[in-house]
Amino acid sequence: MPTRTTSTGVKVWQLRDRNGQLIRWALWMATAIIFYVSWMKISDQTTWFFVYDAPRVAADIGGRAWPPRWEYITQLGRPIWDTLNIATLGTIFALIMAVPIAFLAARNTSPTFPLPRFVTRILKAMTGRTMTSYNVIRPFALLIIVSSRSINSLIWALLLVSIVGPGVFAGLIAISIRSIGFCAKLLYEAIEEIDENQVEAISATGASGWQVMVYGIVPQILAAFAGIAVFRWDINIRESTVLGLVGAGGIGLQLQSSLNTLAWPQVSLILFVILIAVIIGEWVSAKVRAAII
Amino acid sequence: MLKLEKLTKVYKTGDKALSDVDLEVPKGQVIALIGPSGAGKSTLIRCINRLVDPSSGRAILDGVDITSLSARGLRRARRRMGMIFQEYALVERLSVMENVLSGRLGYVGFWRSFFRKFPQSDIDEAFRLLDRVGLLHMADKRADELSGGQRQRVGIARALIQDPALLLVDEPTASLDPKTSREIMRLIVEMCRERELAAIINIHDVSLAKMFVQRVVGLESGRIIFDGKPEELTPDVLTQIYGEEDWEATIEVVEDEDEEDEEAGGA
Repeated sequence: MPTRTTSTGVKVWQLRDRNGQLIRWALWMATAIIFYVSWMKISDQTTWFFVYDAPRVAADIGGRAWPPRWEYITQLGRPIWDTLNIATLGTIFALIMAVPIAFLAARNTSPTFPLPRFVTRILKAMTGRTMTSYNVIRPFALLIIVSSRSINSLIWALLLVSIVGPGVFAGLIAISIRSIGFCAKLLYEAIEEIDENQVEAISATGASGWQVMVYGIVPQILAAFAGIAVFRWDINIRESTVLGLVGAGGIGLQLQSSLNTLAWPQVSLILFVILIAVIIGEWVSAKVRAAII
Repeated sequence: MLKLEKLTKVYKTGDKALSDVDLEVPKGQVIALIGPSGAGKSTLIRCINRLVDPSSGRAILDGVDITSLSARGLRRARRRMGMIFQEYALVERLSVMENVLSGRLGYVGFWRSFFRKFPQSDIDEAFRLLDRVGLLHMADKRADELSGGQRQRVGIARALIQDPALLLVDEPTASLDPKTSREIMRLIVEMCRERELAAIINIHDVSLAKMFVQRVVGLESGRIIFDGKPEELTPDVLTQIYGEEDWEATIEVVEDEDEEDEEAGGA
């Protein structure tokens, strides 16, 4: 107990008692030891010669990459356009699918179904809790969200290239699938945080379920929705630049062939173009976010 | 007009919020429902429009038993009951006009309400009500730009545009300063008189309640333990409702303020 009385009758207060303090010290100690052991392990498995050599090699590649081969830009217009399209369309498709999933995943909007009375009775006997209705759909919605989020878009692209063949379409689907979970998760959290009083007030007017949705819920999550959309679009621009590495279209394709032929001046130009695209994306999403808040 | 018969609510946790409440409110009568926090005041008015489903008993409005209605019938019945909330419960991101018009949702189809294509008669009425509550110039402002008193006025307009027979009012002044509280109470009571509306007003502030209503109902632990005129609220009665305390001050102050108020009104 933080508060205790000493033998002389004075009340003392400390943030933690002696045992709490000792446990914390032990945990800090354990952290330090784990860090040290891991460091030694990594160090043993590193070929330090390559690391010492790294600055020289980097400088060498840097020297060869400079100046960028500017005339190569004529061949980059189409791929960067593809990349932006993959990001934008992928985000839009993802949002279209994420919205219903989010509503089904949010505790306060996901439909519940009444349980048959005997099921209620069995559950009561087993767990001691009275459950008269059960949310059947929510676990499925959450499963979709988790599975979409657990696999990186590059891996989705690898799979999809072998399923639908190489090209922009595979990249587009990969980006969409990966983004569904992200958007749906953030959106359903926004739905769960709405002010229920406003929903109650709209219900009290005699509005139908869909009207309550449009007047009571949607206005409260619209800003969050716009924020999520541009945030994900911003991420997708970056993700779609690498999809070409596995053949799923976009500027990554050029990057890979340039890397394979050791055409460093082309690589530097591609990286520069990607940087510009990302900066533009960043700027647009910042503008949108400022406008909606 | 409104009749509650043995209305009882037991929450899932086992808490008995209301037990066998019998209450009758004739047309046009405004009553104040007083009682300590947790006495069941909010639950009582929410059981009437079934934002909370009562466990047993009946609530009858103009001959219709609300407790037995289907979803569709309930929506129909809710149009006749306007509700005003403690924290205003306006949709913060919609405009004042949209908030007022949302009171008509029970009368308008989905797509019309989706595209905000309300009938002109509704829009006329919305402007009339905004003018009446003194917020005509605020129609296009977003609700979150308004002050507390202004928001509650929008809340009143939203409830009245439903063309209700009954107002359910949940702590309308709990978040307002003393002067605004009186203005809001006065507005609600005036509106009820103009339109012959019955109203149940949950209220913490006993002196404020005594100032504006002719009938006071005291609730304690889910039971009605007082029902009478404001003058009959003696220290003994208040002790019964709220517990031991020196109530003389509360009662005296009210009488003083009441006179003041009348003088101001007469001047």
